[in-house]
Amino acid sequence: MSEKKVIFGTTLFDGTQAQKGYELNAMCYSFNELANREKFKANEEAYMKEYELNHEQAKAIRDRNVLGLIAAGGNVYYLAKFAGILGLDVQDLGVLQTGVTKEEFKARLLAAGA
Amino acid sequence: MAKIVGAITTSHIPGSGRAIANNLQEDPYWKPFFDGFKPVHEWLSKVKPDVAVVFYNDHGLNFFLDKMPTFSVGAAKEYLNADEGWGIPTLPPFKGNADLSWKLINGLIDHEFDITTCQKMLVDHDFTLPFKLLWPNEKECPVPTIPVCINTVQFPLPSAKRCFDLGKTVGEIIQSWDDDLKVVMIGTGGLSHQLDGERAGFINKEFDTAFMHSLIDNPRFATQYTIEELVELTGTQGVELVMWLAARGALPGKVKQIASNYHIPISNTAAGMMLFENS
Repeated sequence: MSEKKVIFGTTLFDGTQAQKGYELNAMCYSFNELANREKFKANEEAYMKEYELNHEQAKAIRDRNVLGLIAAGGNVYYLAKFAGILGLDVQDLGVLQTGVTKEEFKARLLAAGA
Repeated sequence: MAKIVGAITTSHIPGSGRAIANNLQEDPYWKPFFDGFKPVHEWLSKVKPDVAVVFYNDHGLNFFLDKMPTFSVGAAKEYLNADEGWGIPTLPPFKGNADLSWKLINGLIDHEFDITTCQKMLVDHDFTLPFKLLWPNEKECPVPTIPVCINTVQFPLPSAKRCFDLGKTVGEIIQSWDDDLKVVMIGTGGLSHQLDGERAGFINKEFDTAFMHSLIDNPRFATQYTIEELVELTGTQGVELVMWLAARGALPGKVKQIASNYHIPISNTAAGMMLFENS
């Protein structure tokens, strides 16, 4: 086995993360369906219990803590569906993870094209 | 004999689906992106392909982590789009051609690509949006499709080299068919972007530019990198460039670039598009 590459601010969703985050991602996968999104919105705690989220995952969902969700095994492709419930676009997600304002985040993106 | 008429590679940004739904093609933010496709529209109306093979990556609509195939090929009469959870309009079903799919599947297994076969498969924005970009005036996709899904959700991902070789093998198989068919390759994904982590918003124009240039006459350029290196160079979702490698890999011999576009940013992404045909 080669050593894991460390990339700043990046978590590779490997077997370790896939095991850790299975329940959290399963819940987010269920959000593909409108009925499930409505059910979650009606009672978040009951819905998280149904999907057997652990303490760390449930806290990160409650706190809308994107980095916390990733640390708890969340995969961005599934987490995007949770973001959809909250009405967040991918730039909002970027803002939540980088600690800059949306204007600053957009300015960074623009600067990358300069 | 079946002929591969060209390869089209493009980003598949969900926001562009919303922009289409809201008719924002002429909006100053979107215009540089949508205008890039105009030469592709002309090319498609001239060449009129009969079938499209689409290399794409599911974003958690069809596949969950309970079963995550590395490579999977659709073998259905039609492929349904569905609600992805964040509000872009669901598109009408896409026609398949199950007989051709099975010919491709048989060929791939013969060539030791042990793919997963899917007689039912939901396709999400990465598969569906490119059709709205390529055939904007058609309500439904005008050609039957063969979806080839490459896992970019769960590591380990297949290497860039493996994805290129998959495309190359798909190309060789199709060219061996007796059918009188014009086949277009489509690869959707990338270019550099990262949605997750403190590094969210990462874009690498220098690498994207080199990558796009390499596809013309040195298409194996990106295969020198490991997936982890490509994540570092292009972002966690930038690795979707393997779809471009597969589509380009299917083209036999020398190619020429017919069209190309690159624009930063669309949403969080460096949006790229290229069209090649054999020279």
